[in-house]
Amino acid sequence: MIELEGLTKHFGSKVAVDHLSFKVRPGVVTGFLGPNGAGKSTTMRMMLDLDNPTSGTVRIDGRHYRELEEPLKYIGALLDAKAMHGGRSAYNNLLCLAQANRIPRSRVAEVLDVVGLTPVARKKSKGFSMGMGQRLGIASALLGDPEILMFDEPVNGLDPEGIHWIRNLMKALAQEGRTIFVSSHLMSEMALTADHLIVIGQGKLLADTSMADFIQQNSRSYVRLRSPQQEELRDAVHRAGMTVVETDNGTLEVDGASTEQLGELAAEHRIVLHELSAQRASLEEAFMQMTAGSVEYHAHSTGAGAPPPPGPEAPPSGHGAPQWAPRKEGA
Amino acid sequence: MTTPYQQPGSYASPIPVRGASLGDALLSEWTKIRSVRSTMWTLGVMIVLMLGIGLGVAALVSAAGESAGLGDSSALGMGFFGVLPGSICVMTLGVLTIASEYSTGMIRTTLTACPSRGRVLAAKAAVFFLLVLTITTLVAGLVAVIQNAMVEAVEPTGDEWLRASVGVGLYTASLGLLSLAVGAMIRHSAGAITTMIGVMLLPLVAAMFMFSESLQDLQKFLLEWAIPSQLIGIYGEAASGGSSGPLGWEPVWIMLGLSVVALGGAYATMSSRDV
Repeated sequence: MIELEGLTKHFGSKVAVDHLSFKVRPGVVTGFLGPNGAGKSTTMRMMLDLDNPTSGTVRIDGRHYRELEEPLKYIGALLDAKAMHGGRSAYNNLLCLAQANRIPRSRVAEVLDVVGLTPVARKKSKGFSMGMGQRLGIASALLGDPEILMFDEPVNGLDPEGIHWIRNLMKALAQEGRTIFVSSHLMSEMALTADHLIVIGQGKLLADTSMADFIQQNSRSYVRLRSPQQEELRDAVHRAGMTVVETDNGTLEVDGASTEQLGELAAEHRIVLHELSAQRASLEEAFMQMTAGSVEYHAHSTGAGAPPPPGPEAPPSGHGAPQWAPRKEGA
Repeated sequence: MTTPYQQPGSYASPIPVRGASLGDALLSEWTKIRSVRSTMWTLGVMIVLMLGIGLGVAALVSAAGESAGLGDSSALGMGFFGVLPGSICVMTLGVLTIASEYSTGMIRTTLTACPSRGRVLAAKAAVFFLLVLTITTLVAGLVAVIQNAMVEAVEPTGDEWLRASVGVGLYTASLGLLSLAVGAMIRHSAGAITTMIGVMLLPLVAAMFMFSESLQDLQKFLLEWAIPSQLIGIYGEAASGGSSGPLGWEPVWIMLGLSVVALGGAYATMSSRDV
């Protein structure tokens, strides 16, 4: 369990991390998401006591990092793959870390085997490719067999096979009851690995929610329609009480309706359809919208207070009709 | 597929936590210093310089025979000529021991493994100091024995023998420690090495050009207290040409004191700065 309380970091006049409070729970993969420069790495460095917070605290199992006797046995971290001495062999790079924390020498060979670096264990790490460097960093995180694992952008530089491997590794580690905290700027990557999601933008907390809730709230599904009788179709859909949006490329998008409903509606009005397809806005788009306007979205500790996604259940503040009306004028 | 330690439920590692001590940090730093090539290079070059120059000088003096004019000084003072360039290698290694961690990013890994800045610095300093002290003492002692055998001069006293070996070893290792502290504060290998070479050579070079009458006191001070002057002072008054600066064991304690103060500064900066 990692607990952050009001964690703040200023670099001169720039606020990198702004009163961040959240908990990372054991047994699940927690994704830490934010665009580049959102303060993810700074937050992780403060968690490991590498950067001193301007204010606020981080506690690992109730203790400050500096109070941990043999930290590698509590928490393993991959910060950046190049945090090794290139002139030293992979084996010796890990050995000196193991010795500092009384980890048995045999464990070095074990973790090298886990990450698949045994054949190059005696090679200098500066000759390693980016993916190999990443694997060496992961090996150093696993070295103390810790309860908490922290990975900063672990898929960077990995090939598809390596990405697949790290995903499965993280899931397996979480299943063993460990706390996994992994940062990324790719929503699509998180959707595949994380169970819980913490989103930050400009150093502020934007969301702290389960992945399932996030997907439910932010993935807008709609039906795309194209017809030579566009005007008639739009009126028919609108009369049926559904929200319709006319896009710039001449298609209609209908929220909250199934393809069956719309197909039957068109048949009823004898309207020719050229396209009738179910669409799903990607989580990537939802994430970009969320982080692009971090001023609009105020920090909240749960997903419950998140602004509702646009759709038929939107509040009745004239949200339904004006949604397509302005676009119609433009079309 | 991950580790052989799979357990259901909340995870408990089978590796026991026993509380690492300074001893573990020392072992870790020993692994680090012996597993990089720069250690072998700098110390190897130092040994070659001390032996090569020391024996070369002894051979020249020996060839000159009676006319060498060593007077009442022993042969040991000739060791200085090899130790002086050798100490530059030690300074380089001292800087690299810590600054290379900053340039490679290794320091972040080191400090996550051992968050106590004091322990990391103490372990690095101790391992480096003991390694350099052992090697320079042995090599300087060996050179002294050979020089004494090659050149006909006054038989050195016991204290002279001790200063020419252990004294030189202590002084060189302390100078390296000072470099290590400077490396920790500057965190940049090239910058720290340049700084240390400047500290070593500039006072003498500047003093050479102080022709003005009013600068004579300063010139005298620089000539007698510069690092090379202190180093030759260890060999005694006769070897240093009648200097009134630090002589005998004095330079050793001065440099040791300086390095301890600098390490204090390094600790203060390491504790307060972000990595």
